[in-house]
Amino acid sequence: MFRPRPDSSAPTIIVEVEGSNIRVPVGASAAAAVLAAGLGSIRDTPVGQVGRAPYCMMGICFDCLAEIDGVPNRQSCMVTARPGMRIRRQHGARLVDPTASTTDDPP
Amino acid sequence: MRRFDAIVIGGGLVGTAIGYGLARAGLAVALVDEGDIAYRASRGNFGLVWVQSKGLGAPHYQRWTRRSAQEWPALAAELGASSGIALGLEQQGGLQLCLGYDEMSRRRTMMQQMHREAGNFGFEYRMIHRAELAGMLPGLGPAVTGASWTPYDGHVNSLALFHALHRAFAGSGGTYLPNCTITEAHAAPGDFRIDAGPQTLAAPKIVLAAGLGNAGLAPLFGLNAPVRPQRGQILVTERTTYRWPVPLGSIRQTPEGTILLGSSEEDVGFDTGQRPDIMQRIAQRAVLSFPWLAELQIVRAWAALRVMPPDGLPIYDESEAYPGAFTANCHSGVTLAGAHANVFAPMVAAGALDPMMAPFSARRFDVPAAA
Repeated sequence: MFRPRPDSSAPTIIVEVEGSNIRVPVGASAAAAVLAAGLGSIRDTPVGQVGRAPYCMMGICFDCLAEIDGVPNRQSCMVTARPGMRIRRQHGARLVDPTASTTDDPP
Repeated sequence: MRRFDAIVIGGGLVGTAIGYGLARAGLAVALVDEGDIAYRASRGNFGLVWVQSKGLGAPHYQRWTRRSAQEWPALAAELGASSGIALGLEQQGGLQLCLGYDEMSRRRTMMQQMHREAGNFGFEYRMIHRAELAGMLPGLGPAVTGASWTPYDGHVNSLALFHALHRAFAGSGGTYLPNCTITEAHAAPGDFRIDAGPQTLAAPKIVLAAGLGNAGLAPLFGLNAPVRPQRGQILVTERTTYRWPVPLGSIRQTPEGTILLGSSEEDVGFDTGQRPDIMQRIAQRAVLSFPWLAELQIVRAWAALRVMPPDGLPIYDESEAYPGAFTANCHSGVTLAGAHANVFAPMVAAGALDPMMAPFSARRFDVPAAA
């Protein structure tokens, strides 16, 4: 659905989006890479488990949340793509296990 | 000129709860609202239905807050049914965390006094020590020494409450008039007239529930509402799969998984800006309480202005000069929604405040200060 402008001559880098190598211009956002990958969605909502894809591209709508280099729930439109960046689907809310953190002895 | 049985000034949580209570009682009510330019505490609050820290040294306020908490389940069920909006009310008790031994000992002293002042009314609470607390709240930070607990506390989706109250008000035949700033007011006993924009409204009863706007409005009706703004800031995290078992005084999680972090108190006038050092202090205390919170992303943050009377206690009053004029002022529009809709509004409908409301009168500020 999305293609780079034909007149674009910017240098490019390669990122990984859900297992595929995607070429994007230097300076593009991770969300642009998601769109370039042609995915119908990059996250499932926590409450209704409905698919969402990048929409506003300016940090407002939170529909572009993705796991980027292992960090969940990042707004991919606010993250500049870097060579080799791994962009993965965000499934619902962030997985949290409070018992996994180390709790020291009381003071 | 449009005639009503009652005019309520202020379309926030306080005014809408009272307006709903009046409309439900069969009165023709006009709810006059300034609109979205208002300092809207109703859109900035934390969403607690909170009892355990309210009314130290003021047993009437403790009882009022408890009464409201008791009214909450019925109000939530009624609003849910009439508006179709789920409020997400949970009232299984709440915890106030203590960091360090001094906080724990001060908290214990405070809860003992609350219990003493409750008298025959009773006040159930427990001081929970760290070892037991760690079993209730996984991932507790080393600085936490314990917590106080009461069964009366809870939380709710306060935006859903706001929406539901407006729907229920309209559903009960109430007339909502947004974008109205009062330009002129005429008061006579049992006969009130206000100019709000192009229209003139008249009613034998009027309730001032305009939040910080009450300070300027009250004198026009022979009332006194010396409220001032107190700023509070809130941080909001991304949604998590972890389900917090119980709300805390300054940390709560919505049913959708979002975690809200508070709280702060600043005296900065009508300034709704945010300050990094305050946000940092809120985050630091949250992370000292639960170190695992440090990894979460903050996705939203805001500031809002509490409506604060000089002594921090609500002001409810009726005008001696102009019977039929009432005022309601508080910084707990969520917690007190049950009392406003189910207890205060029926008093207004009946024409006079119950004697139990006397300690809330602004006449308490008339005592001359000792030299």
